[in-house]
Amino acid sequence: MNKTSWFNVVSLTLGFAFLYIPMIILIIFSFNESKLVTVWAGFSTKWYGELLHNEAFLNAAWVTIKVAVFSSTIATVLGTMAAYVLVRGGRFMGRTLFSGMIYAPLVMPEVITGLSLLLLFIGIGLDRGVLTIVLAHSTFSMCYVSVVVSSRLVTFDRSLEEAALDLGCSAAQAFRLVTLPIIAPAVISGWLLAFTLSLDDLVIASFTTGPSATTLPIRIFSAVRLGVSPEINALSTIMIAIVTFGVITASLITKHQMVRQKREEQEAVRS
Amino acid sequence: MTTVEFEPWDDPQEKPLIHFQNVTKKFGEFTAIDNLTIDIYEREFYALLGPSGCGKTTLMRMLAGFETPTTGKILLAGQDIAPVPPNKRATNMMFQSYALFPHLSIWENIAFGLKREGMAKPDINNRVDEMLRLTRLEQFARRKPHQISGGQRQRVALARSLAKAPKLLLLDEPLGALDKKLRQETQFELMDIQEKTGTTFVIVTHDQEEAMTVASRVAVMDHGKIIQVATPDRIYETPNSVYVADFIGDVNIIEGTTSAAGEDSYSIDWADGLAPLKATSSVSFSDGQKCHLAIRPEKVAISTDKPEGAANTVQGRVLDIAYLGNISTYHVELPSGEVIKAQAANTRRISRRSYTWEDTVWLSWTATAGVLLAS
Amino acid sequence: MRRFFLIAPPFAWLLLLFLVPFVIVVKISLSDAALAIPPYVPKFSWAEGIGTYFSQLDFENFTFLTEDDLYWKAYLSSLKIATVSTILTLLVGYPMAYGMARASSEWRPTLMMLVILPFWTSFLIRVYAWMGILSNEGFLNQFLLWTGIIDTPLIILNTNTAVYIGIVYTYLPFMILPIYSALERLDGSLIEAAEDLGCSRLTAFWLVTIPLSKTGIIAGCFLVFIPTLGEFVIPSLLGGSNSLMIGKVLWEEFFSNRDWPVASAVAVILLLILIIPIVLFQRNQQKQQEAEQ
Repeated sequence: MNKTSWFNVVSLTLGFAFLYIPMIILIIFSFNESKLVTVWAGFSTKWYGELLHNEAFLNAAWVTIKVAVFSSTIATVLGTMAAYVLVRGGRFMGRTLFSGMIYAPLVMPEVITGLSLLLLFIGIGLDRGVLTIVLAHSTFSMCYVSVVVSSRLVTFDRSLEEAALDLGCSAAQAFRLVTLPIIAPAVISGWLLAFTLSLDDLVIASFTTGPSATTLPIRIFSAVRLGVSPEINALSTIMIAIVTFGVITASLITKHQMVRQKREEQEAVRS
Repeated sequence: MTTVEFEPWDDPQEKPLIHFQNVTKKFGEFTAIDNLTIDIYEREFYALLGPSGCGKTTLMRMLAGFETPTTGKILLAGQDIAPVPPNKRATNMMFQSYALFPHLSIWENIAFGLKREGMAKPDINNRVDEMLRLTRLEQFARRKPHQISGGQRQRVALARSLAKAPKLLLLDEPLGALDKKLRQETQFELMDIQEKTGTTFVIVTHDQEEAMTVASRVAVMDHGKIIQVATPDRIYETPNSVYVADFIGDVNIIEGTTSAAGEDSYSIDWADGLAPLKATSSVSFSDGQKCHLAIRPEKVAISTDKPEGAANTVQGRVLDIAYLGNISTYHVELPSGEVIKAQAANTRRISRRSYTWEDTVWLSWTATAGVLLAS
Repeated sequence: MRRFFLIAPPFAWLLLLFLVPFVIVVKISLSDAALAIPPYVPKFSWAEGIGTYFSQLDFENFTFLTEDDLYWKAYLSSLKIATVSTILTLLVGYPMAYGMARASSEWRPTLMMLVILPFWTSFLIRVYAWMGILSNEGFLNQFLLWTGIIDTPLIILNTNTAVYIGIVYTYLPFMILPIYSALERLDGSLIEAAEDLGCSRLTAFWLVTIPLSKTGIIAGCFLVFIPTLGEFVIPSLLGGSNSLMIGKVLWEEFFSNRDWPVASAVAVILLLILIIPIVLFQRNQQKQQEAEQ
């Protein structure tokens, strides 16, 4: 199995080069002195400085974070409930419709989701702004959360809940004291996924926003349409750095935990 | 042993702790439990034994409250427990997977049920310590379930389910995840703990040896019905049906037809050209009735010369020998084509054995060795 | 009763914010454009009654879509771009997934992280990164001119080639992950058994590995194909005015022309086209789940 063939090494090297070179170039040129993004003219951090004084970008970033925090929290609560209903709810009226509505948004083109939500908000006379983006983002994020959480719930040993009931818990206590702590990692990654999706989203936010609320992706998009600019490179670099830091930290923590758990299990067998 | 015989099921004065009355449980079209009536007495160690899918687990889950009977009643100490939810029942269960809460320490696992009861802190501490002592887990109290071995986890699960001092403890294949040697040790430990705490135990198992070892009575189940309930020795010595005889241990089943030969004594025609077999039975059989004679292999003697004075003797050829160390099982083919198994203790060294493959040998057994069963 | 309180909130939320909006889209696609706010008629009013309301709805927008060849060209070109880029992504992704599954167990978590990292990085930024590479003075042209392979810069940005590159690049993790998870579960002794029974390494790969990773391949292809069909960001940033994709047409119809009924009709037809792959995808997922049980 572990034979390292030349073919595998070459395909992986080329593949990862393809995935990473564009981002590396982008990062390098965020430190470029020149306004021309394709010609290197010396090292400088001036674009980061300019970014810090760009009110429009800072405002947009603030709006985006607000939207992401609210929508991912709502999505996590609703999505976890939905996952529990799908995995444990048994049969109820409208179950097929319910699971269809959970899975459909995952594959729905964003333009359609955005358009339909906008038409709804106009139809019920809701002023478009932060609130409407939060509603829109919560809706599609909850479906992602629900998929993440339900894949954990499927492998969850049901006798743990039964043991809790057997030892005197009510159904709600069993969920709070046993189920929730055990599925917590899945719920947290669901929240993180929802948060990132909301940070990233351009299309749905463009449809559902109003003049009062401009998110960072909308701001970046309108700037980028005019062409490449070093300021956007700087902004992208910051965002890539945050994500990279987050992903690496998370994977180191999981790896550390797994190694520790494995070691402890081996010690338990030996004792 | 100087203990008084423990046989509450033979005492008409004794009230059962649990009474199943005509209980039927259906899952859609499938009948898991079929019109079943049993009694389980206080302080009993009651084993439900049967192949997978025979309904034994369903029976246990109805006691725990995770399933409700479709028809019929379950009484616990005279009270119908159907409307009582699992968390309000005076029963506790030890799960097959142990179901230890992975995020809680051993101590917290054992204290879990006590906390739900609203027991005072010092009382909880005392009770948990008592349970840890009982199951010899004192030094593991602060560990998490993944930090202890399989045998220790099994004891935590037992301690946790015993902590609330239930009237009835349900054990679902409690030793299934342990290897054979550990399982045998743990069986005695279970019996010991059951005796110390005086709790009524109901155990579900598919391992007949385990049921025979631990239980005061064994209930053999098949297709949602109880086939026989009796003490382990009676199940083994006097099975009430071919199914039970065949399910428990090794057995020779000989088909034939009976004819009376004196009081409680019958002769059985079983093969053309061979002398009829003699057997006694307290159950009466009519002449010409089809029957099965069940004989345990260890009750069949094997010899090179025809034994004198044996009630039943047949001659045959050694077809196969299964050497098991302390004993050997000989598969002997009779001229009629039937194969009868005989067991003999290996008291001599293997080189000194007097018969081997293809040898002609005599098999013999007494009239009381077998059990006569109607078809 | 407790179950009701668990089911009701997510159910009601999805009904109101997912299903109802669709009904509205369908309804508006049957209305007529008007210079009003909102810019369509008829508007429903209880006074006139449902009958009159329905009598004013028609399929005019849909007929309009069939008459103007911009629309069906856009649908066809979207289908073509989605199909071609799905195949390209598979060709790039399969060898990578295979290499990952064959890598030593110490390397696998790192490789996995390297695939997931771009997935968490902003989509918009990743598309943007290619703008600087593919433009006429971009890094690719600089590099090719420097090596002397070409004398005049290639025109890549604002063509369909750029769109293909962008799609393969951004959707690659979606292709790799399901194939990798299928290949990782593959029992290595199966390949050995095939070779033991006389297969060469290549035939063993063709007869054992490929069929057993089929569900992963199918899942990956749908995960790329379905969202690509309605893609907006990639064609508008990398494809420019030359690339015709239905997501972009819908966007422009809505924001630039403000013709809501036609935009809605475009959405309805896109959805109808998508129903087939979505249903196939769901069935594939179900089959996979059943196989795992």
